[in-house]
Amino acid sequence: MFDEKDLLIEARHVTRRFPTNDGRLLTACNDVNLKFYKGKTLGIVGESGCGKSTFMRFMVWLDTPTEGEIFFHGKDITKMKGAELHENRQHIQMVFQDPSTSFNPKMKIKEIVCEPLLNFNRISSSEVDAKARELLELVELPGDFADRYPHNMSGGQRQRVAIARAIALEPEFIVMDEATSALDVSVQKTVIELITRLQREKNIAIGFIAHDLGLIESFAHQVAVMYLGNIVEVMPGEGLSDICCHPYSRALLNSVFDLKMDFSQKIKAIEGEPPSPLDLPQGCPFSNRCPDCVDDCHHTKPTLTEVAPGHLVACHCCAR
Amino acid sequence: MDAATRKKFLSNRGFVLFSVLAIIIILIAVFAPVLSGGIDPTAGDLRDAIMQPDGTHLCGTDKMGRDIYSRVLYGARISLVSTFILVALVFVIGTALGVVSGYFGGWVDAVIMRIADMMIAFPGLVLAIAVAGMLGASMRNAIIAIALVTWPKYARMARSLVLKIRHTDFVYAAIVTGSSTWRMLWKYMLPNTITTLVITAATDIGGMMMELSALSFLGFGAQPPTPEWGAMLNEGRDFMQSAPWMMIYPGFAIFITVVVFNMLGDNLRDILDPREE
Repeated sequence: MFDEKDLLIEARHVTRRFPTNDGRLLTACNDVNLKFYKGKTLGIVGESGCGKSTFMRFMVWLDTPTEGEIFFHGKDITKMKGAELHENRQHIQMVFQDPSTSFNPKMKIKEIVCEPLLNFNRISSSEVDAKARELLELVELPGDFADRYPHNMSGGQRQRVAIARAIALEPEFIVMDEATSALDVSVQKTVIELITRLQREKNIAIGFIAHDLGLIESFAHQVAVMYLGNIVEVMPGEGLSDICCHPYSRALLNSVFDLKMDFSQKIKAIEGEPPSPLDLPQGCPFSNRCPDCVDDCHHTKPTLTEVAPGHLVACHCCAR
Repeated sequence: MDAATRKKFLSNRGFVLFSVLAIIIILIAVFAPVLSGGIDPTAGDLRDAIMQPDGTHLCGTDKMGRDIYSRVLYGARISLVSTFILVALVFVIGTALGVVSGYFGGWVDAVIMRIADMMIAFPGLVLAIAVAGMLGASMRNAIIAIALVTWPKYARMARSLVLKIRHTDFVYAAIVTGSSTWRMLWKYMLPNTITTLVITAATDIGGMMMELSALSFLGFGAQPPTPEWGAMLNEGRDFMQSAPWMMIYPGFAIFITVVVFNMLGDNLRDILDPREE
């Protein structure tokens, strides 16, 4: 579906286990394989605690996987250290979820957006004012905001500042950890438009974490659905609601509220709780909540199988 | 400092009053040679020993015939200088170790904090006496002794303040944007701890002065003939009934200075209290 020569980042068999205090292991990511392409957005969707943020933190070296490799320009970033790691940080940046906590309250906006540039000696401190203005205008904020403090700005404005900080170094890849979930729906839309515009102009690859399948459908080129640390479905973003076939993806889609939805129908909720990540089921991770569960699901874990070009599903029923 | 901050300081009457008093005490220490009228605080004439306060000796003389008025004035120098050195020392060491401990965590944290725990496990002054006793009695050793038992308080405070922000998004964001470890400590961790620690240091000045005087009183600090208030109290102890002025004036000096610096610290805390931000 995408041109393989545009491949930017490839995660292979990435697993992360956290030891708990009582000596057991919590599996947050289980054998995750994903590919990120230049200029494209890969959305990762799943409920809270499914391991999507844990996975994305590997990209920006805030954590390292227990097993597996992540290749960036052919180099395994999980093994990088010291100067090499520092050099590579400028290619991969991140926008955090909550714009009210992602800035140092004691720093001015201009210091915040220019900090990455100063860290890599791209500009000198005398150029900060001009550069900050330029970056703010890039994210459609008035240049005068440069002298403000973060607490004097609204959530949407702050998230634009966060985007300005992330693109300051002109990275090739940006991780957006639920970058719009703390915003109003109307503001969400304009921020998404900004992100897609910048992506087109600068050919940035984006890894966008969300729990709203409806939102991600509107702009992601490719969507991965994650459940209990496993990728259960990877599909093209466009027309996602028509083609998604994993029972969990469908359930997620049904949970999206929409003004145009049919309110006479009963809202279907997913039954039961996800199994504990401390004690993963032997078969399909979704088997205890799946409405279409067959005998096989309890015993063998389904693997990701291609059902259509660019569409992979890990489900015994769908694959048939 | 911008106009709003300046207004906040100046509109606090207590702060202004006690700042003025503190400055007066500091000026007394600076101009002790002038104010004492040129009387050497260490020169004694045994013919003048234990004289009541009168025209020539405003506060009387001690058992060696030294002028107590002059000694109290010069004592302000010793007390203030040694207290400020002590507070600065404890502040710098405690903050540095606490910030490093909180930021790096792991074994660095474990080592620093276990040492701090060991120090805290002893009653402060008793350990200070033991240390001063081992190192030998002098003002420098008294400062070292008290510094050794007080830094853990600052280290623990700095560490807890660092831990409070260590796992926030803006710290992670700074790491992701390539900030060096040095920058993280200097621009992120330190500014978030400094206000609280400055307040603590300011309120501790009085207490530290008391502890230094206490060590001197017990004979572990300043040695005769140095004019130090605690040591003067000790010397006057034998003459408490026959020559009370030997204890009254240095005692009064300690009292005034400690109260002024305590109140100054308290008012500073009211102004800077981060909880009100």
